Amino acid sequence: MTCTEFLAQLDEMLDQDAAIPLRADLEEHLRCCEHCEITLSTTRKTIQIYRSHEIYELPEDLRERLHKAILAKCRKC
Amino acid sequence: MAAYEKLVKQYDRQVFRIANHIVQNREDAEDVVQDAFLKAYQKLNQFQGNSKFYTWLVRIAVNESLMRLRKRRTGKMVSIDEDVETEEGSMPRDLADWSPDPEALYGQSEMADILRRTIQGLPPGFRVVFVLRDVDGLSTEETAETLGLSIPAVKSRLLRARLQLRERLSRYFKRRDLKPAQAQDGVK
Ligand SMILES: [Zn+2]
Repeated sequence: MTCTEFLAQLDEMLDQDAAIPLRADLEEHLRCCEHCEITLSTTRKTIQIYRSHEIYELPEDLRERLHKAILAKCRKC
Repeated sequence: MAAYEKLVKQYDRQVFRIANHIVQNREDAEDVVQDAFLKAYQKLNQFQGNSKFYTWLVRIAVNESLMRLRKRRTGKMVSIDEDVETEEGSMPRDLADWSPDPEALYGQSEMADILRRTIQGLPPGFRVVFVLRDVDGLSTEETAETLGLSIPAVKSRLLRARLQLRERLSRYFKRRDLKPAQAQDGVK
């Protein structure tokens, strides 16, 4: 298996529960390819970090202002 | 109206987030939130119920966001297909492993800055796919339906978005093995 073939299955590899026909081959590739091993672990970390940090926080005061504005507009239409 | 208010409260944060990711400007994002919820309310009778309300709402919000972007950059066409024909991210180059706990390297607000700056460097069509799939947790099928893209298109954008983000974040999260002399501050 080449690195390109491995990368094509990265999405499935990130989903631990996915049933992948080639799982054994993919894991074999991981054992002997540091390149793909690092790519997989750091990509997994990338997703986890983006998931655990809200980078566009909606502050409570703005939130209330938006709710009021939205409902007022909806009532008018 | 009370029922609709409940929906607004349930999804406002996600709509605000996706709008910010596209327009990259807080005031426009606020306008998108208002316009998207108003449009959704007006079109509520068109909502079929065969898809999730959220994916239907996000589709409206994405379109509203793209319209805002177009207004801002007058004369320039903006679409979800913009700038996606890039070779970057097809094969990772920077192979340095990361520090075991990259989140310990930076404070909360510094981290948010890094994450914001990093994802803003990606084309809008990549950012949106990444956020819907990996942050909001929509399935590939739902993401495709929301954006009006094919499933293979979602998959290829997602892969490239993830690899590009990973590569760009490496700059900040790389494992730094200091030489003993450098590790001790002030030692000549
Ligand atoms: Zn490999």
